[in-house]
Parts: sequence; structure tokens; C-alpha cells
Amino acid sequence: MRRNVMELWVGLFAAAGLAALSMLAFKVGNLTTADVVNGYRVSAQFDNIGGLKVKAPVTLAGVRIGRVSSIAIDKGHYRAVVEMQLDGRYDNLPKDSSASILTSGLLGDQYIGLEPGGSEKNLESGDVIMTTASALVLEKLIGQVIFNNNQSGGDGNAKK
Amino acid sequence: MSVSTSKIGGTSDDALVKVRNLRFTRGDRVILKDLSLDIPRGKVTAIMGGSGCGKTTLLNLIGGRLHPDGGDVTVDGISVPSLSTKELFELRKRMGMLFQTGALLTDLTVFENVAFPIREHTELPESLLRKVVLMKLETVGLRGACDLMPSELSGGMARRVALARAIALEPMMIMYDEPFTGLDPISKGVIAKLIRELNQTLGITSIVISHDVPETCFISDYAYLLGDGRIIGQGTPKEVQQSKSDYVRQFMDGLPDGPVPYQYPASDYLQDLLRART
Amino acid sequence: MIDAIRNLGRIILEGLERFGRAGLFMFEVMRGTPQLRKRGALVLQQVYGVGVLTLLIILVSGLFVGMVLGLQGYNTLVKFGSEDTLGLLVALSLVRELGPVVTALLFAGRAGSALTAEIGLMKATEQLAGMEMMAVNPLTRVIAPRFYAGVIAMPLLAALFSAIGILGGHLVGVGLLSVDAGAFWSQMQAKVDFYDDIMNGVIKSIVFGVVCTGIAVFEGYDAVPTSEGVARATNRTVVYSSLAVLGLDFILTALMLGEV
Repeated sequence: MRRNVMELWVGLFAAAGLAALSMLAFKVGNLTTADVVNGYRVSAQFDNIGGLKVKAPVTLAGVRIGRVSSIAIDKGHYRAVVEMQLDGRYDNLPKDSSASILTSGLLGDQYIGLEPGGSEKNLESGDVIMTTASALVLEKLIGQVIFNNNQSGGDGNAKK
Repeated sequence: MSVSTSKIGGTSDDALVKVRNLRFTRGDRVILKDLSLDIPRGKVTAIMGGSGCGKTTLLNLIGGRLHPDGGDVTVDGISVPSLSTKELFELRKRMGMLFQTGALLTDLTVFENVAFPIREHTELPESLLRKVVLMKLETVGLRGACDLMPSELSGGMARRVALARAIALEPMMIMYDEPFTGLDPISKGVIAKLIRELNQTLGITSIVISHDVPETCFISDYAYLLGDGRIIGQGTPKEVQQSKSDYVRQFMDGLPDGPVPYQYPASDYLQDLLRART
Repeated sequence: MIDAIRNLGRIILEGLERFGRAGLFMFEVMRGTPQLRKRGALVLQQVYGVGVLTLLIILVSGLFVGMVLGLQGYNTLVKFGSEDTLGLLVALSLVRELGPVVTALLFAGRAGSALTAEIGLMKATEQLAGMEMMAVNPLTRVIAPRFYAGVIAMPLLAALFSAIGILGGHLVGVGLLSVDAGAFWSQMQAKVDFYDDIMNGVIKSIVFGVVCTGIAVFEGYDAVPTSEGVARATNRTVVYSSLAVLGLDFILTALMLGEV
């Protein structure tokens, strides 16, 4: 009798512990979305990746379909080479799709957004995405705005 | 050497345990020096001596829990100090030991305590195991207490349960470490009767370590008197009790001073006092 | 002066000796592992002792730690207008750090000290010696089941601590401070990584389980078999376990973040 009670408690304890662990895994963590099953790798080159980090999400129409697996520099062209691991279920992306580095919200992290193209052929493992848009760097953006303002202001003055 | 030592113990050819020139030190303190004795097979042998004279140490040396600094102990022809742990464990399955406190496992019931060595060393089916355990408990008269926890037992009962446990594997020999200490006269009598009975009915060789003179003399066939790390007297209990030796007389009659000095060895008293002042 | 240096030397030598004994002890325990298969029931019994009986203090502490994290985190985050990330803050703090560490500290105080005292008293009352004389190795019969029970229980306890802590944070953040429940959970799910965060926490708690239980059973087994000796051993268990957990936590964190 006492033994049964003890076994019951240990069983409950183990079950609760495992339940807590799986709650952490699925409800708190992103195990459900983290797994890229039967993935394939494609890469893209950017002039500037801004604050993009390894493991940043790769999305299509806002839906996460993969993650950045590595970031390197192409020594020849001084450009950033970003490799991403895409979910094998989405293997019908057109070959001429484009990739751009976007920011989620004003202060959020950066991620890669894919934009499907019109080609008949599909992207395969090892392919390179040709059309890319670099990250918007805030300082450059501000610099541009000021420059444009100055130019338009200068023109206006000249016309007067 | 065997010639010179064969006098010790009288029946040395039939000795189950032979201790030869045993020496044991703890730090600088010599506990046993050149001790030799024989424990005859199938008899109750008493080893008596004052507290701290190395009686328990001797048991631990026979059981292989301590390693001697010199000399040899053989049990049933096997030299104990040279055994590996595995061989030692094999030998211990044939020895039982009754500790001063009983050493029952406090988290198990009386039944489980007695079943413990059987469960550990054999694969007896549960029904058979139950019979064996109840038989052992019946031997010590505590079958009715089999569901109690050790904390619910009196000192004498705990020692009887420990005794049932010690005989669970039907050993060839049992070592009793101070079986009478701290018991009331009735319990002492019960334990004495059990030791005698187990020896007579099962033929178990018994070594009784004790300083309770009357009980021990009553049950033993042969007695050794240990003092100063060696044998200071031996013989049948009657012989020992009538010995003329100063040592033996002091122990048997409980005299405070004698060959065993009342004073712990110390430097000169007067000098010690004078030094403390400066 | 020379005395001081000699004392230092003696302390170092004694420390090394203890360390060596502990190493041999753990080796012996590990060597007895194969025999443990037929002793599953013993491990189970000890999981009850170290796991189930520690459960209450773990759950209560976890709840309060989570609630405090909710309050404190909210107070800071609201200054940056990013109270939506409260869930993330609570979850990351618990899963990566507080869960394993606080659980290990509580474990050392509740289960570790009990293990040391139990084993020390078994030694003092000659139960271990009695077992040896019955040709039963106490290392496999008494120590190993307790050790493995601790190693099994610790990650489960840490997971429960983190889980209930997050619920506590939710209680305060969403219930009391009106953070949006959707944001609380979605921010958490988006940023808490299973391998980088949760598994790291689990690995930490397994390491802490080995260390805390190892220290506890060794101190008990190595205790001087008197009441004072057992008391000192129990004391040492709590002190050494706590120090070891905090020190190891730094080392493990540094290794896992890969920044050192």
C-alpha cells in the first residue's frame, strides 16, 4: 500500500516534470517552428545586411519558412553572403525570387523577406538568389533625407 | 612457527579462524601487537578485555574491514588480508556479524531487514523467502514483530532481529560484538540463551567479544583475555576465573588499579603543574 | 610566518586528499552502475525522497520568483514602452538562469542536506558497516540509487520551476498589470530558442544535479561518524553545493554563450 502511494507520487512527479519541459519546449520556446524539416539551402548576396543575425527568420508573405544559417563575406566582391535554410515543404519558389532585408517594427530585429518571381523553374538547393535589397541603415536613410532636402531646397532657391 | 603456536587454543587442528602474529597500529598507537589465537570450529569462544583494548578491532580484522600492519588472519583456510574485494565479499557471505547497536537498516521493517541479505544474495521466490524469514524470526522469538520498524524496538529486541538477520544466510560463523552491553538482565539472559542455542542446534562457530564476565563465561567453551594488545590469559572459563595472574585477577574482579594502570600514561604530575604556571 | 605557510600547505594537501577520495568514490559509484538495473525500485524510492518531497518548495519558490520577475520587469520595460516583451524577459531569465540555479540552491538546502544527514547517520549507526559485513557494497546499495535519483530529479524540478515561474509572471503581467496576453506569449515564443535557451537550461540543471547530489552523498559517506561530524558534513554539503552551483553557472554560461 505505502509502496503504491510512493510509486504514484513518483509517477505524478515525473509526468509533471516532463509536462513542464514540453510546455517550455512548445509553448514558451519555438520548437514547433524551429525545426526546418528536409530543408534546402539557398544563398543571397547583399551590399549591407545591417543587423541581420544567424537564425533570423526567413519569411514568405509574412509566414516563416526558414532561417538564416550562416553569414559570411565574399572576399572578391566585398559583399555579404547570407545562407538560409528553407523548409522542404516550400520547394516551389520561382528561381528569380528576390530577397530583401526587412525590419519588424521600428526597433525590432531584422529578417529576410522573400518575394516570389515569375520564373517557371524552381529554386533548388545551392542556388543563389540574384535580386536582393539590402538593409535600410537608419543613419544612411537620415543622411539621404537631409541630402534630398538640401538639394530640393537648393534648387528651389536657385529657381527663385 | 606452526609448532610454537599450536599450543594456543588447544585444538588448533580444528581451528576455523587462525590469527598469527597480528599487528595493527592506528597512527602512533599500537592497538594489537603480535597477537596469536585460534578459534575452534563449532564452539563458542569468548574474547574478553577492557574497553579500548582492541577487541572490536580484532573482529574487524577477521572480517576484513581493516588491514593488518603485520601477521596473518586465516578463516577456513583462506588468508583474509590478501583477498580482493570480490573474494572478501564471497567470504563474508559465510560470516555473520552482530554489531553493538544491531545496525538494523532504519528505513526497512523488521521483516525486510531479515530478508535483506537473502534478497541481496539469492533469487529466492517471494513465497519461499517469506517462509525462511519467518523461520529465522521465530528462532529469535520475534515472528510477531515482523511488521514493526526498527525504531519501535527495544535495544534487546533490535539485537535479536540483528541476530536473525546474521543467521539468515546460514553462516559458518558469527561474530558477536558486545552482545550484552546496555541490556537489562532479562534481555542479557535471552541473548545468552540464543547464542548458546544457535551454536548447539546449527553448529555455528561463535566468537563473543565482551567485557561482561558472568554472562560470557556462562555461555563460552573457551575464553581468551586480551590486554595491552596481546593475550594475557586463556583457558576454559573456569580456568580463567581461577587464574592467579595479576592481569586476569584485576579484570575478573574489577580492581581499579593493578597491572592495567588507573592513570592514562602522562608526564610527571608535578612538572606538568609547574609548567602550566609559567 | 613559517607556521602560516605550513598551515597553508597542510590545508592544500588535505583539500587534495579529499578531492582524491571524492574522485575514487565517484569512480566506485559509477562502476556499480550496471548492477543498478535490477535495483530500479531503489532509485524510484529515492526519486520520491529527493524529488517529490522537494516539489512543494520548488513550486512555491518558482511561482514567487516568476511573479517578482513580472513586477520588476514591467517596471523597467514600461519606461521604454516595450512592456509587450515582458513574457520574453520572464521566460529567458527563468529558463536560462534562475530555473536551474535557484532550483539547485533549493535542492542543496532541502534534499542535499537530508541526503548527507541520512547517509552520515547510517554510517554513525554502523548500518553501512553492517551492510559491508553482509557482503553488500553500500556504494551500490545506498549511494548509487540516491545519486542517480538526484540526477534524474534535478532537471525535472528545474523545468517545473521555470514553467510555474512563467505562469507566475503571466499572472502578474497579464492579470495585474494588463500586459496583452497575446503579446506576452507570442514575444516569448518568437525569441526563446529551444536549443539555445531551453536545452542550455536543461544541460545546466543536469550538471547541477550531478554536482549537488555528488557532493551530498560524498559528504555523508565521508562524514566523521559522530553527531558533530554529521552536523559538519551537512553544513559542508549546503555550502559547497551552493558555491559549486554558482561558480559552475558562470563557467557554463560563458561556454554556452561562447563569449569567453
